[in-house]
Amino acid sequence: MTDHPHTTCEELLGSLSAYIDGDLDPQLCQELEKHLAECDNCRIVLNTTKRTIDLVQTPLEKPDLPEDVRERLFKRLNLDHYLTPKPK
Amino acid sequence: MDKTMPNDMSLEALIAGDRAEFARLVDEYSSPIYRLGLRMLGNPQDAEDVLQNTFLNALTHIQNFEGRSSLATWLYRIAVNEALMLIRKKKPEVNLEDVEAEDDTDDLRPTQIVDWSALPEEELLSEEGKKALDAAVAQLPESLRIVFLLRDVEGLSIKETAEALNLTETNVKTRLLRARMVLREQLSAYYSERLPARSEK
Repeated sequence: MTDHPHTTCEELLGSLSAYIDGDLDPQLCQELEKHLAECDNCRIVLNTTKRTIDLVQTPLEKPDLPEDVRERLFKRLNLDHYLTPKPK
Repeated sequence: MDKTMPNDMSLEALIAGDRAEFARLVDEYSSPIYRLGLRMLGNPQDAEDVLQNTFLNALTHIQNFEGRSSLATWLYRIAVNEALMLIRKKKPEVNLEDVEAEDDTDDLRPTQIVDWSALPEEELLSEEGKKALDAAVAQLPESLRIVFLLRDVEGLSIKETAEALNLTETNVKTRLLRARMVLREQLSAYYSERLPARSEK
């Protein structure tokens, strides 16, 4: 990685994750946004990376614990006595 | 997942060995821990072993909990260790330290430059789409997958992920970027085939 005055695609790549997480130094952020405004490819990489993260966070991907697994867990922990219907 | 102490739960009661309170702790955190096991090990039986061993371990050691991290992070650390132990036992050839703190992004350079981000939700999250997503996550190397699961799926902060995995925050960030880039490439390959021809670049 080099010290060009302007953000290059490679520099953007290195900072992409931090940028998405809002974890980037404001000045770097500004430079990066300037680059993004001019670079279609980087904008696509940013958008699709964000979307990838959104997709894995969707609640559809988070099944609850199956009831039989919960029962066996409580028994294993000798907590059968507290095995009441799961509060929701 | 709630990363702080659930409002109406008492750490004092837990540490004092209150069984009812421990049962509530189990109900609070068993779903995310089972999910983590499923995604780390890839099958329900192993995920259940991770789940049971995590809470057995927690039950034994809760009186030593010092509150240096949140209770959730503490539980995740136990779960991660249980999952890693099981992975090592089943697949001794897997190298969990295979990502050094490398800043080199050469091999991360995107090759799939197709904007599928505006595809409608029903296309992205069709049954087939979800399978593609799961398969892509499953194919990540363990050392990247665990970071990705804790940070992006379970929503732990970088700091909490680092604490749970005994890694530096820099190392977590490096692995996270890699995981995200690898997944993005895979999903781009998959979704670009589903784009209407006119939107392709």
